[in-house]
Amino acid sequence: MSELKPAADWTTGTEAISFQCCRACQSIQYFRRSFCAACGSSDLDDRVSSGEGTVYATSLVLRAGTPEARAHVPYNIVLVDTAEGFRMMAHGANDLVIGDKVKAGYRQFTGHLVPFFERSGS
Amino acid sequence: MSYITGVGLLPYGKHEGSSTIDLMSRAAELALADAGLKRGDIDGFLCGYSTTMPHIMLATVFAEHFGITPSYAHAIQVGGATGMAMAMLAHQLVEGGVARHVLVVGGENRLTGQSRDASIQALAQVGHPAYEVSLGPTIPAYYGLVANRYMHEYGVTQEDLAEFAVLMRAHALTHPGAQFHEPITVADVMASKTIATPLKLLDCCPVSDGGAALVVSREPTGKIAIRVLGAAQAHTHQHITAAPPLSGLGAEIAIARARQATGVEISDVRYAAVYDSFTITLAMLLEDLGLAGRGEAAARVRAGHFGQHGAMPLNTHGGLLSYGHCGVGGAMAHLVETHLQMTGRAENRQVKDASVALLHGDGGVLSSHVSMFLERVK
Repeated sequence: MSELKPAADWTTGTEAISFQCCRACQSIQYFRRSFCAACGSSDLDDRVSSGEGTVYATSLVLRAGTPEARAHVPYNIVLVDTAEGFRMMAHGANDLVIGDKVKAGYRQFTGHLVPFFERSGS
Repeated sequence: MSYITGVGLLPYGKHEGSSTIDLMSRAAELALADAGLKRGDIDGFLCGYSTTMPHIMLATVFAEHFGITPSYAHAIQVGGATGMAMAMLAHQLVEGGVARHVLVVGGENRLTGQSRDASIQALAQVGHPAYEVSLGPTIPAYYGLVANRYMHEYGVTQEDLAEFAVLMRAHALTHPGAQFHEPITVADVMASKTIATPLKLLDCCPVSDGGAALVVSREPTGKIAIRVLGAAQAHTHQHITAAPPLSGLGAEIAIARARQATGVEISDVRYAAVYDSFTITLAMLLEDLGLAGRGEAAARVRAGHFGQHGAMPLNTHGGLLSYGHCGVGGAMAHLVETHLQMTGRAENRQVKDASVALLHGDGGVLSSHVSMFLERVK
């Protein structure tokens, strides 16, 4: 199995959302792995998302689990279906509702970078 | 064939000064006595995990402490579905001839053994460490996302969800071992503090100390035989980000497999024991299992369908929502209550007919599912 390079995306402090596309079966996956979870191929293409998507679900957190997170309440946990076809968890504007067309920006949360979705113009 | 021959359940709430092993031991003692068995009769042992006592060999730690030397023993971890998964495995071990009497135990001092924050943080780790946990979600937030989407797709309201909290509390009022003894109304649920929208405090199960145990045997040991008809599982994902659409969740798959394995139809079922970590969990599972039409479970609660005297009595001990949730033991209380109902020992909670029961457990964020059917042998 080939060695997995760290993603150059928000999970490592870079303002980007990355995903992988399998060159063998064309499946896409968001959770980074050294192989394609659909077919097992290690021939994966690193891609960067446009940051555009549609809100699938939201939950505004008022009771956080850590003192660090408590400083940020309320914060909105959102699931977004990206234009590229994968679902991701992120933060979003507090008034987002299911079906909203959104675009990713970035914010600091408990000392690290997180994607933050806001309603896009259209 | 296998039979549930004994059950034991502690009161849930605070057991100040009791450790995981203490609570497991007390529950195990009750189950053994109920089955009319001695320690030396136990040749199989299964237990779950404890967040206050993480250990790589909890089963043998317990076996040594309790004083049993089984020929088969280990712990298993399937989150909230662990109790049902253990019962299923015990059934299969007995059917497979591996053991004659399998003792199954869950217990934890989850409430008094750690801080509230530590408990919330430990549980949030069911999320993906890089792609979810870093965003600061909590278990209520994971289920809040599910609730938000379910309400959107099926027209369920927050007031609908509140009905399940009220029902479980009403049941808990009739059980002296329940953590909560104050009646609540839909208005109380709606007015309770928001935790993670749309879920409010009273939509969420509490954190509890407690313990539960059962014995699964090759032959009945008492007058009334409660037979395990069969069970099935489904595991579709771990993380909510990777979950299938609502129409493809594991409860529907597990119940279909269990029905196929046993030939039992939902119309045969007389008593239901369904996992209820949150009001949304119970609403969804009832509908996924076919115990109510899609979006109709709350209406059935209002009509008394799931009450003690209704057509499908449900979690008559009060469920996780009001009897309490001590981790692995949490959903085992559902199984204990089912056994008491099926053997006619549920006292003031006794339902008219619990001859066939459906049990369902869920672990993670609707990730792991176990469905089981039990029958009272005539």
